[in-house]
Amino acid sequence: LLRSSQPLTGPNRRRCREDEQLLGTILGEGERGFVLDTRSAQAAKQARISGGGTEPKSCYPRWRRLHRALERGRPLQDSFSRLAEACAEPALSVERWLGRLDGSRWLSHVKAALSTACLAAQCLDREGCTVLVHGAEGTDSTLLVTALAQLILDPACRTLEGFQGLLEREWIQAGHPFQLRCARSASSHARGKQEAPLFLLFLDCVWQLSRQFPFSLEFGEQLLLTLFDNAYASAYGTFLCNNERERSLCKVKESTHSLWAWLNQPEERHKYLNPLYSHNPLVIWPSVEPQSIQLWQGFFLRWIRPSQHLEEAWGEIRRLVQGN
Amino acid sequence: VENVRLLDRLSSRRAVVGTLYLTATHVIFVENGSETRKETWVLHSQISSIEKQATTATGCPLLIRCKNFQVIHLVIPQERDCHDVYISLIRLARPVKYEELYCFSFNPKLDKEEREQGWKLVDLNEEYNRMGVPNSYWQISDVNRDYGVCDSYPTEVYVPKSATAHIIVGSSKFRSRRRFPALSYYCKGNNASICRSSQPLSGFSARCLEDEQMLQAIRKANPGSDFIYVVDTRPKLNAMANRAAGKGYENEDNYSNIKFQFIGIENIHVMRNSLQKMLEVCELKSPSMSDFLWGLENSGWLKHIKAIMDAGIFIAKAVAEEGVSVLVHCSDGWDRTAQVCSVASLLLDPYYRTMKGFMVLIEKDWISFGHKFNHRYGNLDGDPKEISPVIDQFIECVWQLMEQFPCAFEFNERFLIHIQHHIYSCQFGNFLCNSQKERRELKIKERTYSLWAHLWKNRADYLNPLYRSDHSQTQGTLHPQIAPCNFLYKFWSGMYNRFEKGLHPRQSVTDYLMAVKEETQQLEEELEVLQERLANLQKSQSGNNKVKSKQQDRSKQFGLYTSNNSLANTPQEYSSDLKSFPSRSPSQGDEDSALILTQDNLKSSDPDLSDNSDQESGVEDLSCRSPSGGGCLPSEDSGKDSDEAVFLAS
Repeated sequence: LLRSSQPLTGPNRRRCREDEQLLGTILGEGERGFVLDTRSAQAAKQARISGGGTEPKSCYPRWRRLHRALERGRPLQDSFSRLAEACAEPALSVERWLGRLDGSRWLSHVKAALSTACLAAQCLDREGCTVLVHGAEGTDSTLLVTALAQLILDPACRTLEGFQGLLEREWIQAGHPFQLRCARSASSHARGKQEAPLFLLFLDCVWQLSRQFPFSLEFGEQLLLTLFDNAYASAYGTFLCNNERERSLCKVKESTHSLWAWLNQPEERHKYLNPLYSHNPLVIWPSVEPQSIQLWQGFFLRWIRPSQHLEEAWGEIRRLVQGN
Repeated sequence: VENVRLLDRLSSRRAVVGTLYLTATHVIFVENGSETRKETWVLHSQISSIEKQATTATGCPLLIRCKNFQVIHLVIPQERDCHDVYISLIRLARPVKYEELYCFSFNPKLDKEEREQGWKLVDLNEEYNRMGVPNSYWQISDVNRDYGVCDSYPTEVYVPKSATAHIIVGSSKFRSRRRFPALSYYCKGNNASICRSSQPLSGFSARCLEDEQMLQAIRKANPGSDFIYVVDTRPKLNAMANRAAGKGYENEDNYSNIKFQFIGIENIHVMRNSLQKMLEVCELKSPSMSDFLWGLENSGWLKHIKAIMDAGIFIAKAVAEEGVSVLVHCSDGWDRTAQVCSVASLLLDPYYRTMKGFMVLIEKDWISFGHKFNHRYGNLDGDPKEISPVIDQFIECVWQLMEQFPCAFEFNERFLIHIQHHIYSCQFGNFLCNSQKERRELKIKERTYSLWAHLWKNRADYLNPLYRSDHSQTQGTLHPQIAPCNFLYKFWSGMYNRFEKGLHPRQSVTDYLMAVKEETQQLEEELEVLQERLANLQKSQSGNNKVKSKQQDRSKQFGLYTSNNSLANTPQEYSSDLKSFPSRSPSQGDEDSALILTQDNLKSSDPDLSDNSDQESGVEDLSCRSPSGGGCLPSEDSGKDSDEAVFLAS
C-alpha cells in the first residue's frame, strides 16, 4: 500500500521518467497495480489545468486507475456543521431529524470512506495487487484511506499500541495538517478556510468498525473521543503543527509531552481498553450497506443525551468479563 | 421442481441452484452443493405475498415475501412450472379453514400432560393477584362469563368495586363493540390504574348514565386522585369524524372529573402502508445512504413508533408520578389501545421486563383482550384491509427501549424476533383467531401447543447477559427521554433485514457474554467444590502437609469461542458507488468455523427448523447462505476520462 500526492502532469501532459521508473520498479514481474485516486475522474482531469493531474495510462502501463470521490475541505466541514446543528436541536420531529441527517450527508461520507478503504484492502488482500493511493495533496482523504485499509487488513493495527503506531505513521508523520484542519470546531462561526474534519471522519469510520466487529479492536469508544478532543485542543504536543518539519522547528519533542506516553500509563490505559477484545487474525470486512452505517451517537450526542444507561451496560460487560 | 435458482437479494452472482419442494406445510429449497445441501424452509403461514415476474432468458422469476420479512427470490427455468408453483402457493398461503394451519399438525412429541402444562405456564389469574387485585377497590366480574356482554372480551374481567353488573352492561351498550372499560394494570403502590375500553357511542350529544357511572367508579377506585385521565389514542380529526357516525369520544362536560387527552396514533391502514414503504426501501438494490434515509423518512415508520412510545410514556407518567388513573381507548380498543397499555405497563412494572412477565403481558393485553390476531396477521385468508403490523410495532417499541436501557430487560433481541416470527407462523396455537371465545370454540388448548412453553424451555437462548435483577436500571419505572434528540429511534435491521446476515455485526456480543456468564458460574461452582475438598483434606491431614489443590487454568479463552475469531467473511463488492455492480453483503463463506458457534447455539433458537419434527435438516438457519463468492475484481469507472476509455477498450 503506497501513498503520494498527485502527479504534476499539467495541461501539457508532462512526463517524469523518474516517477515512472519508481512506480515501475515497485511492481514485480508481470504484476499489475492500482492507482486509487480519491478525486472524481472529472475533478482529477480538471486538476490538470492548475498543474496537477493523473498518471497517464501510456506512461504507467501496468497501473490501472480507479476513482473514488471522497469529500474533503469546505464541503466536509459544512456536512459536519449541519449534522452537529441538527443534533443540537431538541424539538425536531423524527421525520425532520431524518431529513436533516440525510441533508447533512455525513453518513454518506462515512460510507464512501469505508467503501474506498475496503476497495483498497480488497485489491491488496484478494487480488494481491499493490495499491497507490493519492488525492490532490495526499494529506487528507489519502491518509483516511490508507489508515482505514490497514485497520481492516492488519490485526496488529487493531491493538491499542498498534493503533497508536498507525496514527503516528499515517496521520501525524504523513503530514496531515492538524493545525489547519483542527483550528476551531463545528460550533465555531470563525472557521478557517483550511478547516475540515477529516480526522473525525476517520474516527467515525473506526467506530463503525468497532460496532460491526465488537471483539476485534483492543480499544473502545473512549479512546476515539479522547483522540478527537486532543486533535483540537491538547495538553500534549502530539497533534501540534502540520508536519514533522514544523514540529522540528518548534522543538515540539523537546518542549512538550507526548499524548501516547500519557495514554499508555497503566492507570490511564485501562480506561481505553475494550473488555470484549480478543485477537482476530483475520481481515475484517465491514458491511457498507446503509443499514450497517449508523450515527455515532456517542460522539454526536455526547453532550446532549445522557449516557448513564449505556455506561452502566459497559460497566456490566466489564464486570462479567473480568469476573471470569 | 429441479434446477431452480435461489438469488441473493444483493447480488445475482451469488445464485445457488437447487430443487424446490412444496409440502402441505412448507416451501423447501434444497441446494445442490454436494457437501452442504443447505436447506431453506418457509412455512406457508409466513407467506405474505407471491409475485411472478416477467420471464427472462434465465427463467421465470418468482418472489416470495414473508411476514417475517424474509424475501425469497427464485428463478424457475420453465414458465409452466413457475406458473404451477405460483398457483399452488397462492392456494397454500391462503388457508380457508383453521384446520389447515400448521399448529394442528405440528408434533413436538410431547404427551397430553406436557401439552396441558405448557398452556398453564402463563396464568392470568396469578398475574392479577400479583398486581394486587381483587382488593377493596377492584373486583373480578363474571358478567361476561358466556361472552354475553362482549364477545371479544375474556370471561373474567376486573372492574371497580362500585361497578355493578347493571352499570357494566349499561356501559357496554354505549361502547363500540361492547368493549366496556376494564382493568388492564393496577399499581398497588398508589392505587392508580390503567383501564381500557373502546370509543363511546356518543355521537354529538348522546349520553349514557351507566357509562358515566363506570368512569366515576374507576375514579373512586383511586382515592389518591380526584380525577382520571381519558386518553384517546386517535388523531383528533379521526375521533371527531367518528362522531358523525354516532361514535366519538368523551365530553368533559358530561363526565365529571375527567381530563381528556388526545395522543394521536394513526390507524391500521396508515401503519400498513408505512410498513410497506419501509420494506420497499429494504428491497432496494444498492441504495445510497440518501436513498435509504429518504426512504425511511418517507415511510414515516419511526414517527409512528415514537407516537406509540410517547403515548405509553404519558400514561406511565400519569400513573407513576401523578398517581392518576387513566382510561385508554382508540376506536375499537383492540389495536392502539393494546399497544399503548402494554408499553405503559412495561415502563411501569419491572416484572414485565422479565421473560415470564413479558409473556404474561402479551397474554393479558393482547390475547385475552381480544386483539384480532387472525384478521391482523392473516392466519386465514381474509380482508387485506384488516392486515396491519400492530403487534410488530409494539415489539419494536420494546426493542427501542432495550437499546436505550441495555440492562433493564431479562430477555434479548432474539426473544422478540422469535415471538414476532411465531405470531405469523401459526405453529403454536396462542395467536389464533380473534378472541378468547373463538379459541375456546376451536379447543385450541386441546389441539395445539403453547409457544410460551417452547420459549421457556429454550430460555437460555433468550437471556440478556447484562440483566441483573438488583441493578438500578431494572428496578422501578423506566424513564425514557421523550425529546427525539435524546431518544433517537434506530432502524431495526435485526428484524427487517433479519435474514441478511452480512448486514449485522458478525460477532454476537450477547452470545459471548452469556457464555462468559455460564462459564464463570460453572467455575465458581467448581471452585466451591474444590474449596470444600481442600478444607476437608486439610482437616484430615497434619498441619505440615501442603495439599495441592487442583486449580484449573482459567484462561480468558473459551473453547467454544476461540472459533469466534475465525469468523470469516468475504468482502462485499465495494464498488457500490457505481450503479454498475450491486453491492452485496459479505457472506460467511470459506471458514465455516464461524458457523460452529452459531449452529450450536441457534439450533434450538431458530424456530422453524428446530421444530420440524419429522424433517430435521441439521442446518439451523433460514437464510440463503451462498457459498463463498470470493472477491471480485473491483469495477472501474465507465471511463469518462480518455485514458480510462483507452484502457478499458484494450
